[in-house]
This record gives sequence, structure tokens and C-alpha cells, in this order.
Amino acid sequence: MESATALFSLIIALPLLGFLINGLTGLFVESYRNKKQLIGSIASTAVFIPFVIAVYFFINMNAGSEALIYKLFTWMDVGTFSVDVAYRVDQLSVMMTMVVTGVGFLIHIYSMGYMSHDEGYWKFFAYLNLFIFAMLNLVLGNNLLLLFLGWEGVGVCSYLLIGFWYTDMAKSDAAKKAFIYNRIGDFAFLIAMFMVFQTVGSLNFDVILGNLDSFTEGYMVAIGLLMFVGATGKSAQIPLFVWLPDAMAGPTPVSALIHAATMVTSGIYLISRMSPMYAMIPEVMIIISVIGALTAIVAATIAITQNDIKGVLAYSTVSQLGYMFLALGAGGFTAAMFHVVTHAFFKACLFLGSGSVIHAMEHVEHGLHKEGKDVHFDPQDMRFMGGLKKYMPSTYKTFLIATVAIAGIPPLAGFFSKDEVLAMTMNAGFVDGGSWVYMMLWGVGIITAFLTAFYMFRLTLTTFHGSFKLPTKIKEAAGSEKFLHENPWNMTTPLWILAVLAVFGGFLGVPNFIVETFTHEPAHINLLHDWLYKINADYIIEMEHWVEWVLMAVSILIAISGVWLAFRMYNNDQQEESDAKIASRFGGLYSVWKDKYNLDDVYEGLVANPTVKFSDKVLAVFDMKVVDGIVNAIAGTVRLFGSLFRYLQTGVVSSYALAFVIGVIVILYLMIS
Amino acid sequence: MDYLGDLQAFLPGIITAVAGLAVITIEALKSGHKSAYWVTSFSLIVALFFGIQSLGTPLQEAFSGMLVHGGIAAFGNVIILLGTLFCVFLSNDYLEGIDHNYNEVYGMILFATSGMICLAGANDLISLFLGLETMSICLYVMAGLIKNEKQGAEGALKYFLLGAFSTGFLLYGAALLYGATGTTSIPGIGAAASSDLLFLAGAALLLIGFLFKVSAVPFHMWTPDVYQATPTTLTAYMATASKAATFMAMILVLSRALPSVEGLDWQAVLSVVAIITMIFGNIIALVQDNIKRMLAYSSIAHAGYALVGLSAATPEGYSAVAFYLFAYTIMNVGAFGVVAYYERNKGLDFSDVNNLAGLGFKKPMMGVMMSLFLFSLAGIPPFVGFVGKYYVFAAAINANMVPLAIVGVLASAASVYYYLRVMVYLYFREAHKETEMIDASFLYKGALVILALLTVYYGIEPILPFGGLMELITGF
Amino acid sequence: MLDSYFPILILAGIAIVLALLLMTLSRILGPYRPNKHKLNPYESGMDPVGEARERYSISFYLVAMEFIVFDLEVVFIYPWAVRYLDLGLGTFISMMVFITILLIGLLYTLKKGTLDWDLKTNKI
Repeated sequence: MESATALFSLIIALPLLGFLINGLTGLFVESYRNKKQLIGSIASTAVFIPFVIAVYFFINMNAGSEALIYKLFTWMDVGTFSVDVAYRVDQLSVMMTMVVTGVGFLIHIYSMGYMSHDEGYWKFFAYLNLFIFAMLNLVLGNNLLLLFLGWEGVGVCSYLLIGFWYTDMAKSDAAKKAFIYNRIGDFAFLIAMFMVFQTVGSLNFDVILGNLDSFTEGYMVAIGLLMFVGATGKSAQIPLFVWLPDAMAGPTPVSALIHAATMVTSGIYLISRMSPMYAMIPEVMIIISVIGALTAIVAATIAITQNDIKGVLAYSTVSQLGYMFLALGAGGFTAAMFHVVTHAFFKACLFLGSGSVIHAMEHVEHGLHKEGKDVHFDPQDMRFMGGLKKYMPSTYKTFLIATVAIAGIPPLAGFFSKDEVLAMTMNAGFVDGGSWVYMMLWGVGIITAFLTAFYMFRLTLTTFHGSFKLPTKIKEAAGSEKFLHENPWNMTTPLWILAVLAVFGGFLGVPNFIVETFTHEPAHINLLHDWLYKINADYIIEMEHWVEWVLMAVSILIAISGVWLAFRMYNNDQQEESDAKIASRFGGLYSVWKDKYNLDDVYEGLVANPTVKFSDKVLAVFDMKVVDGIVNAIAGTVRLFGSLFRYLQTGVVSSYALAFVIGVIVILYLMIS
Repeated sequence: MDYLGDLQAFLPGIITAVAGLAVITIEALKSGHKSAYWVTSFSLIVALFFGIQSLGTPLQEAFSGMLVHGGIAAFGNVIILLGTLFCVFLSNDYLEGIDHNYNEVYGMILFATSGMICLAGANDLISLFLGLETMSICLYVMAGLIKNEKQGAEGALKYFLLGAFSTGFLLYGAALLYGATGTTSIPGIGAAASSDLLFLAGAALLLIGFLFKVSAVPFHMWTPDVYQATPTTLTAYMATASKAATFMAMILVLSRALPSVEGLDWQAVLSVVAIITMIFGNIIALVQDNIKRMLAYSSIAHAGYALVGLSAATPEGYSAVAFYLFAYTIMNVGAFGVVAYYERNKGLDFSDVNNLAGLGFKKPMMGVMMSLFLFSLAGIPPFVGFVGKYYVFAAAINANMVPLAIVGVLASAASVYYYLRVMVYLYFREAHKETEMIDASFLYKGALVILALLTVYYGIEPILPFGGLMELITGF
Repeated sequence: MLDSYFPILILAGIAIVLALLLMTLSRILGPYRPNKHKLNPYESGMDPVGEARERYSISFYLVAMEFIVFDLEVVFIYPWAVRYLDLGLGTFISMMVFITILLIGLLYTLKKGTLDWDLKTNKI
């Protein structure tokens, strides 16, 4: 193996090794499970070193570099079907690798503090490492099958980690729900893969994207749609998004890593990777955009009504993922990837911050229990919080920074990426063959941006501003604020790092027109755009510069007005009154939001219950009567023969000899005749 | 004459024979002395070492053309010695447990092994017969080891009578072949092969002698009675090493002495025998409640699978059979080993499947290993049994014997039932409360674990990027 | 061709004549006083007529087996000994190995008491 391949294979191998070491040792050696420092260090190192290597690859690459292919071995070779375990390091995958391992490493560090009292510590870190391994396969795989391996792998890890506290029935149900919804998408993805293979006879990205001409129009539309269905499952889009809010049952670092920063973006990665194909099927692109925009606004409206701190963030994640799909459908593949990156920073920061808050609230609960007070409350419910900024300064500051970032206030990261998403959406209405639909979608996006700023500040203000409400809500908890305190350094440090990234991450993609307006010649300040030009088949920007300025101004105004409204309504402990006010203003609509559009019930009534009934009444009967009947009949016949034949075995030697002689005669006859 | 070369060619056989003499001397001088067991194990390890060393060398003649060594003969030696070695490891504890740990047993094993090595490398009908009889006579004695019980004496006597009967046919066949060709040398017979009556009858009778030893239907009747009567670890020895040796001899004879001559259609004969053996063995195994009888019928069925490979009559088929024997040896010794472990627990007749109820959880390690060996015997991937069957059936298909392969696959599908049945008893039935299970010794468990590891390793070996046991099995 | 078997014919003739001669002589020359016990058919101390399933002492079989073994040994040794000078050292070693093997067998059977007629000390 040449040295570059060896170095590269470390990226893939170390997380797997970390999983094996912690998993196997923990499984077999009971005393090892208590060596938490060691377990955490091994797991974190297994992610940190790949991060460093990824940075090294990144430094040695430039925007024009050809993709590096590292083939480790041939996975299978059956007839014309041959798949290698080969990885592809190009501009897109190296970027994703850095995000996955970098954010992953920070979350590992954070988890060492967050999970420090958990019995399943070793298991948790083993799963996290396994997740990183699967995710790296997903982003680095050089063919669809390896990508699919990672795709399924992250699904499994997600299942394991959502149901990490599996003794709680609701949590293990949430895990199953996530897994089953993902399966629907996976099935579509599999069919798309078969169709691709049928057409080009290979699953390698180079071959697929190099032979796009050999697809017929209808085939390409079908493949594009099926892959998109796969992406809606993994990336929680309408109609398959309902699993993601439930997935917050897992430990908070998991929510941050898997259900905000990395796994859920794999659908976006997939479409971005296949962007040259999608650019050829505009009708599918519109569908993607519509679904994305709908998801964005639906999730944002639900987020307004939530009181669970992680619930708000979960719906916010769904909403932001909707943004990314909106951009994808509008030909803004790079914009979508940009939003993936910045979102990874600020949403991870938000989730970790919420984890920090939950950790502190649980601490309060334990403290009260120690005093002998039997108080139970939901540590995730923000109605019990308030005024936390005094007790948890680091958490507050970082949370606030990330909130400002997601709200889209310049010059923080979220502003630039969201602005580019919206600009690309509008632009898609201008390009050749563009559709007015995109302009409508831009409107939806702007409303969503307003809602985002509003509900995020609602969350932040309710949690951190005002006064601590637990003592007023529950009489016995009086004086419980003395248990509140900031979390240890290994939890706050990742917060700060992510907050810094949330501040400066946006400068990766400063729009070119800002400079071009003044210099009147093409500018290259949008680093991300230049970096990914080889991979992403972005639509060219057709808008005049003044349009872009206007759009930017609108989105700034919208964000600020959202923030302003939130400050007016939620700054001073008026959360419940304000919620009631909104409820009365919107009436029935609000209750629809509050009930999450009743989607869970709809699915249960339309799909789950009929399926169960059908299985029970028809399939089960068919299985029992027909299938089992045939099988039992065959088995019975065979057994009957067995019982008959055994009488030949008399136990008398002379009859054995007789059989022998008959055999001799038959064989002699066969041989000689 | 090149004595040293000859000695080296037959080194594993000589080592085992000399060790056998040493064991007998030890027993004569100090009755029941433990060193006999150690001498046996050590000599087998050394012999196995030399056997492995000669893997991959070309097939050569030695002893003035009486024997061949290297090539497929070397692989045969490895199978035989491996099976023997593990049977010896298991026997020590087991025979101790049933109070029949005589040193003579080890002597018999060593002499029989030496005979098997002679048989598996025979290049002349004389040395073939010599090896076969050396092996058989020792096996007759082992079958009657539990002489104080009626069953033991009955099994041994049946085995001896029918064995002598079949030997008569084999010898008659050899005589006819000599009459037809004027030579006893196997390549010589091959060179003078014809389709005249004398030759055909000789070939048929010779085959019948072999088919008896590998317990193919309808010459299988002795098998269940004898296997049941013999101490279990020695049953394992009979079922694996002796079959392997006989099959290896068959490979040499079929590939070298019976070339495809017009009118000499032993392939058809063997495929008919293979089909009825597979069907019959599997079907009767379905209704057996005694595990040892079940394994006896299973071993009949497995002989059928191996015959499928022989009927293909291609180098690929012969290699597949050799690999199959390897697979069959390790997994079957393992299965018998676990059964022997259960049997040592006093109080119930543990060879009755009903009495295994719930033991899988009581002794988890043994339960897991039993399941593993049974899975492998049933031919479920990723165990070695699957790989073996795959090679054999693939060889049959490549030789245009598709029906044979289909019957084989169907039969082995049916076999899953009776293998899994044992596991159902082990895991899904309520345990008998009163059974106290003893602990197996370290060596006993170790031997089983190694067999289990081999079963798994060679199950996945063909897909590993390195390795490649199949490549070593060449040379005819 | 049959000429070469002529000496064997002579040998057979002499054997027959000698046997008849000796039997006749002993009948003529020896004293003859028959009684019931003396006239009993007799074979190795057993009554030759009676139930076929009668049990014999195992010692008979053991001695018979040993006899056969060493009888066969002689069968191999004779032709070799006759041609020994032509065959050379190799066959000498081979024959010594063969004899040693049988010797070890003899040692074993002796130690196990095959030739002990007192069944109480017989260890088999």
C-alpha cells in the first residue's frame, strides 16, 4: 500500500478501531466499563486523528484538483457486477469529512462530560465511533453501494442511539419509528440504485455522472425522484419528517451530532453529489424545492408552539433542512452545502447548549431529591426555566451567538448561507426555463426566515432571560436555584469553539456581488463557490446586482423584525401569556400547529392501522393456512417416508447382508450392461 | 533403492506406527501408564507437522510404486491426522469418564491411522488392501470396546461380519482387475483399462468394497448400529478419519485406475448411489431421536454429498471432495465431541435428544459450539460446511450433472430440519431440573474451541483476500 | 511343465507311506488294552461331540492366534533367508524391523498373560 493510501485508510479505520476496542473490551471486560477517562480518550482520539488527516488532505488540494481515488480492496466481483471498497477524496467529500470529524470530535469531548454518570458510557462511545465510521463511508464512498452501506450504517447507529435508554418504552419506540421511516426512503434509494446499475452497469460516481446521456428522460426522472424519496427519509422532509422530532429521545450529544449536524444532511450530500444529473431534470428540481419550502414553513410553524427546548430545536432542524432542499431544487447546490456547514456549526452549538441547560436542570432535580423533596418535573420543558443567564454565563453567551446566527443577523454564519439559499431560489425564477413557482417559494422562504428568528429568540429569551420559574411553578422547589451552576470545561469548551465557528463560518461564502457591484468585474470572494465548482452543477446567477441587494436587505429586515417581535413578546417572563395571545389570534390554525398538523395520527390511521389489520386478517391467515399448510404437508410426507424406511433397519445382520447383496447385484448390472 | 526417500514419503505413517508400538510396549511394561496418551498426542502432532510440510508438493511415487505421496495424498494425510488428533484429545477425558480409558485404545488408533495413511496414499492394489485392512481390524476392535454391554458386542460383531463380507468383494474385485490387466499397480491398471467383462466386474466389485467403507446406501446398514455401540469419541474417529481415508483412496483409484473408456461408466453408477444415499440418509435421519444414530444417518448423507463430487470425475470434483472431507472432518469431530461431553454426565441417557432439553442455557459455551457445528453440518453459511457443499455441487454442475446437484441441494435443505431440531431441544425446551452438569477439562474445551474456530475460519476463508486452501488441493 | 512338480509327488508319496507305516507299526508293536475312557474321541481335552455352543477356554484361541502369527512369520522369513545373500543389507534391516514388531506383540501378549493357563491370573 502506498503511503497516501495508508494515510487515507486511517481516516476510515480509526473510528472503526475505536468502536471495536471500546465495544469489545467493554462487552467482555466488566472492569473496563468504569475506566471512563480512558474510554472517552480512545473514542475522541479515534475521531481527532482522522480530522487532522482530513485537514492535511484539504491543504494539499486546490479547487482544480482531480478527485483522488483510494481503492482498499475489491468488495465483490460477481459476473459483470463488481464493486470496490474505494474512497473518493474530492473537494466535496473532504469538506464533509472535515465537518463530520471536526464537529464529531467536539461532540465527543462534550459527551465525556455529559454522559459521565451514565452506566452505558462505554457503549455510548462505541456507538458514536461506529456512527463516525459509517458517516465517513457515506461521504467518502466512491460508489453508490458504499455510500448505501454508510447510509444504512448511520441509520443503525441512529437507531441504537435514539433508543440508548431503551428501558424507557417511549424512547425505544422513537428509535423504531426513526428506523422504519428511514427504511421507506432506503427502499426507494435501493430501487434507484438498481435502475442506475441496469443502465450504466456500474455504481461508480465517475461512470454514472460520465454517462448521463445513456439514461432515457423517463428513467432519469424516476431515478431522480427515487433518490429524492430516499433523501426525504434520511433528511426528514415531508412526508417522512415525523421521526426526527421523536428522535430527540436520544442523549443530547446524539441529537447534536446525528440529528442536526451530520446524518440528516446526508440526503443533501447525495443530491449534491448527483447534481449534474439533477441539473438535467428541471421538473424534479421544482418538486424538490416545493417539498423543501413546505417542510421549512410547516416545521417552523410547529416550532413556535413547542415548549420542549429540544423539540423547538428539532423542528428548527427540520425547517433548516427544508431550506437546504429549497436551495438544491433551485440549482443552488453549493448554497445548500454552505447551509449544511454553517447549520452544522450553529445547530450543534444550540443542541449542546440545550444539553448543558438540561444537564443543569437535572442537577437541580437531583439536588432536590437529595434534600428529601419528592419533586418531579420535565428538565427539558422551558416553562420551568428562565433567568439562566446569571447561572450559566458560558452556555448563555454561546447559545445567544448561535441564535443570532440561525436568525440570520449579519454578519454571522446563518445570514450568509440563508441569504444565498433565498437568492438562489429567486434566481431560479430568472434563469432560462425558470418558473414563477420559485418566486413564490422565495416568499415562503422569507416567511420562514421571519418565523425562524421569532421562535429561536422565543426559546432563548424564555430560557435565559427573566427569572427562574421553577420555584414559582412548584412550591416545594423553592430556593432550588442554588443547585444551578455552569457545567465543567469539557462541556463549555466545545460550545465556545462552535460559537466562534458560528460567528465566522459565514465568511466561507460571502456573495460575489458585494464586490462586483463596485469593481464591475467578476470577483472571487465566495470561497465555497470556487471550491466546489467542479462538483456542483449550480445554476448561473442571472439576476442583476441591484436585485440581489434588495433581496439581501429584505432578508435582513425580516430577520430583525422577527427578533424585535420576539423581544417584545418574550423578554420578561410573559411566555405563557404571549403564547396564549398568538393562539387566540390564529385560532384553529394554532391548534393545527400545536398538534403538529396531526401527521402522526394521519399516518397511523392511513398506513399503520390498515397494514396491521391487513396483516392480521389476510396475510396471517394466508401464512398459517396456505404457506404453513404446504410446508407441513411436505414435511409430513417426508417424515412418513422416514418412518417407513426405518423399518428396513431391522438390526438383523442377515438382512443387512441381504441388502448388501442386492446392492452388489444392482451395481454389477448397472456397470456391465 | 532409495530407502531414505521412501521413509520420508511415508513419514507420517511411520511415525504413527512406531508410536503405536511404543504405546503397546508402555502398556506391556506399565499397565495403564499415562505416558501412552502423551506419546500418542505428541506423535500425532509431529506427524501432522510433517503432513502439513508436504502440502503443495507434486504427487510422486515411492516404495517401488507401492505408494504415492505429496499432492492430494498429502492433503489426505492432513485430514486424517487432524481428525485423529482431535479425537485423541477428546477421547482421553471421555474414556476416563466412562471408565474405558485403556492404553490399547491409543495403540489401536495409531495403528489404524497408520493404515489410513497407507490407504490414502495407495498406488497399488496390494498396499491399498493392506492399508484398508490395518485400518478396519483396528476399527472392529474399537467398536467392541464396551464389551461388557450387549450393545457393544453386538455392534462390533455386526461390523466385523459385514466388514469381512465387503472385504471379500473388494478382494475379489482386485483379483478380477489383476486378471484383466495383469498388474496390481493402479496406474498400470489405468493404462490397461478396457471394457471387457472381467475388467468391468472387477471395477464394480472394487467400488462396492469402497462404498461399504464409506457407508453409502445400500451398504450402509451397519453404520447406525456400530456408531451407536462405539464410544462416542471413537465414533467420531470412525465417522471422519476412516471415511476420509477411504474417500481419498477412491479419488486416487478413480482418477488413475479407471479412466474414461468407452463402456466403462462408473460415473453413472456413482451418481445413482449418491442420489439414493443423500435421500435415504437424510430422510431416515429426520425421525431419529438418538443423537448418535441421527449423526450416523447424517454421516451417510454426507457420504452422499461427497459421492456427488466423485461422480463429476473432474479434477475440480476431486478437489471439491477433498475439501469437503476436510470440512466434514472438523465439524463432525466437533459435533461428536459435544455429544460426548453431554454423555459423560451421568443419570440420563444424553444421546436421547429429549434429554438435551434446556442444556443450551445451562452450559452456554457447549450449547453455542453445538449449534455452530450443527449449522455447519446443515450447510448454512458462513461455516465451512456450506463452502464444502458449494464446491461439491458447483463441480457437479460444471460437469453437466445438474440433476445431481439439485437433489443434493434439496436433500441438504431437508437436513436442516433434524440439525435444527437438536438446537430446538437445547434452547427452547424446559430443562430437566435434576441434571447436574460436570465441567469439561481445559484441554477438552480447548480442542472444541479450536475446531469451532476452524469451522468458522474456513467458512469465510474463500472470501478473504489471503489464504486459499483450495489451491493446495491439487495433483492427481 | 508338470515335470517340475515331480519331486513334490515323491514327497507326498513318501509322507503317505511313512504315515501308514508308523500307524501300522504302533498298532502291531505296542500293547493294546482298550477301556471306555481310552476309546473316547478326544481333542485337546474336550469332547468333540455335543452342543455346538459350548464355551471353550479363551486360552485356546489366544494360543492358536499366536501360533498363526509366528507361523506366518516363518513363511516370510524362509524365502528371504534362502535368498538372503543376493538381497543385501536393506532387506536384512526390513526383516529385523518385521521381527521386532512381532516381538513387541509377543512381549505384550506375554505380559498380558496369554500363555498363562491359570485363568485366575489372566489379565485379559
